[in-house]
Amino acid sequence: MSHHIVEVRNLQHVYPDGTIAIKDVSFRITHGESVAIIGANGAGKSTLLQHLNGCLTATSGEIRIGDTPLSKGTLPDIRRTVGMVFQNPDDQLFMPTVFEDVAFGPLNLGLSGSEVDQRVSDALDRVGAGHLRAKPPYHLSGGEKKRVAIATVLAMSPDILVMDEPTSGLDPFARRQLMSLLREFRHTKIFTSHDLDMVLDLCQRTIILHEGAIMADGPTVDIFRNDALLAACRLEKPFSMQGCPNCGNNFDRKPEASTDRNIFHVDTCIRMNESGSR
Amino acid sequence: MKSITAAVMDLNRLEQLADSDSPIHFLDARAKVLVTCVFVVSVVSFNRYELARLLPFFIFPAVMIALAGLPPLYLARKIALISPFVLMVGLFNPVFDRAQLYQIGQMGISGGWISLVSLFIRSLLTVGAAFILVGTTGFTAVCQALERLGIPQIFAVQLLFLHRYIFVLADETGRASRARELRSCGRKGLGVGSFGSLVGHLLLRTWQRAERIHAAMLARGFVGRFHAHRQSRFGASELCFLLGWSLLFIALRTFDFSGALGALVAGIVP
Repeated sequence: MSHHIVEVRNLQHVYPDGTIAIKDVSFRITHGESVAIIGANGAGKSTLLQHLNGCLTATSGEIRIGDTPLSKGTLPDIRRTVGMVFQNPDDQLFMPTVFEDVAFGPLNLGLSGSEVDQRVSDALDRVGAGHLRAKPPYHLSGGEKKRVAIATVLAMSPDILVMDEPTSGLDPFARRQLMSLLREFRHTKIFTSHDLDMVLDLCQRTIILHEGAIMADGPTVDIFRNDALLAACRLEKPFSMQGCPNCGNNFDRKPEASTDRNIFHVDTCIRMNESGSR
Repeated sequence: MKSITAAVMDLNRLEQLADSDSPIHFLDARAKVLVTCVFVVSVVSFNRYELARLLPFFIFPAVMIALAGLPPLYLARKIALISPFVLMVGLFNPVFDRAQLYQIGQMGISGGWISLVSLFIRSLLTVGAAFILVGTTGFTAVCQALERLGIPQIFAVQLLFLHRYIFVLADETGRASRARELRSCGRKGLGVGSFGSLVGHLLLRTWQRAERIHAAMLARGFVGRFHAHRQSRFGASELCFLLGWSLLFIALRTFDFSGALGALVAGIVP
């Protein structure tokens, strides 16, 4: 399934005011990979993502989705393949009701009425927002908006899912729900995020952007163990790797270790401490 | 701030009304657009002192509201919002047009007053018809119908974007004016000066936001066409609806039914 491959070669983007946002970025993401693009504010993450479905045009360099180079002629096909969830759901929801908003993409794909109905219901059910279908988007809470925004993209059945800050602004429960939803999505996934614990849980591979250039590209766990690299890129370890706040011991973070185990450690540690002081 | 948000919600309610299931809602949008056009042209083409012959036209909004199950009070409130502007347009009619047309007892009524009332009734009818059209069809479908009736696509899409832009603009205005209100501590802030820059910022912000929304639309396969979810075709019921109402409006415009009825009643009751 070669159309699930994302290849970026020597990408450069200069904004009209002369700011160089992306400098010579190259990477290749293969089918089924889940990749996080992380970096400090202003590192160029969102700019990079917006190139992947042609929202921004590269100053130089090349992007290929599968075997297709991204160009004006191939844009409609590429936009069908690459589903993009924007950072702010308010920018994504513009129709009078949730239903119409989710139906917008499938109708543009030229699907028939019953098929559109089916796709909309499926997408809304997948994000647990079936009950919101008749509501106008601005009546929703932040988390609901985010879920509906994701449904608008799922309804188009993209092969590659690109999300800008998927967990920002969500409450802890909604964040967990979203994470398990994303884990189920079997195709290629590309995220940008400041939620490094989510990155640790969902992405096997991480790319660090710093001032528009790639500073590191490798297995997520290795990258998060490299303190010097993280500090140089204005990043910190995820909380679950920062060690127990009570005893200061480092957690033995293995890729398969769960956050729950660390929470259990902190819990017992604090309890032992309390019983000791008594 | 509150009033802006409330106004947007109110406007959106009109859109939501279009989602109901009534025989009128299921008609093809083109039939409704054409009937509304014939209605508006018939109403506005009367001479400016006409009163009695306008009244039978109220049958159209009455029947449509009843059949489509629209909330009459809500529509009345919407129309009432427009009426100050109408009154402003006709404000000077009674001042400049003092020729006496009718006499009731000792009181003479000038042509200016008659034309003002006529203008007001016309506005009720035409604005009401427009609201009924959007409330039974939805703005997207109206724009689509216009396109299918031969208006260039670019105008139809432009009109639709303008409609959506109202929501974006109102949203940003609400936020900006709240920020200003909170920091002006109940006083006037920096007065008119701060409003100048506020409006400038609003333009730039809504512009940027509109660009982001456009990007999101493109990302979901938008190629300059809006698709209405409700598929319909121009069938027999549409033809009956169009011909029935149009013939009635043309008849009401051509023959003086009110006068005839008046003469009839006057003839029976001496």
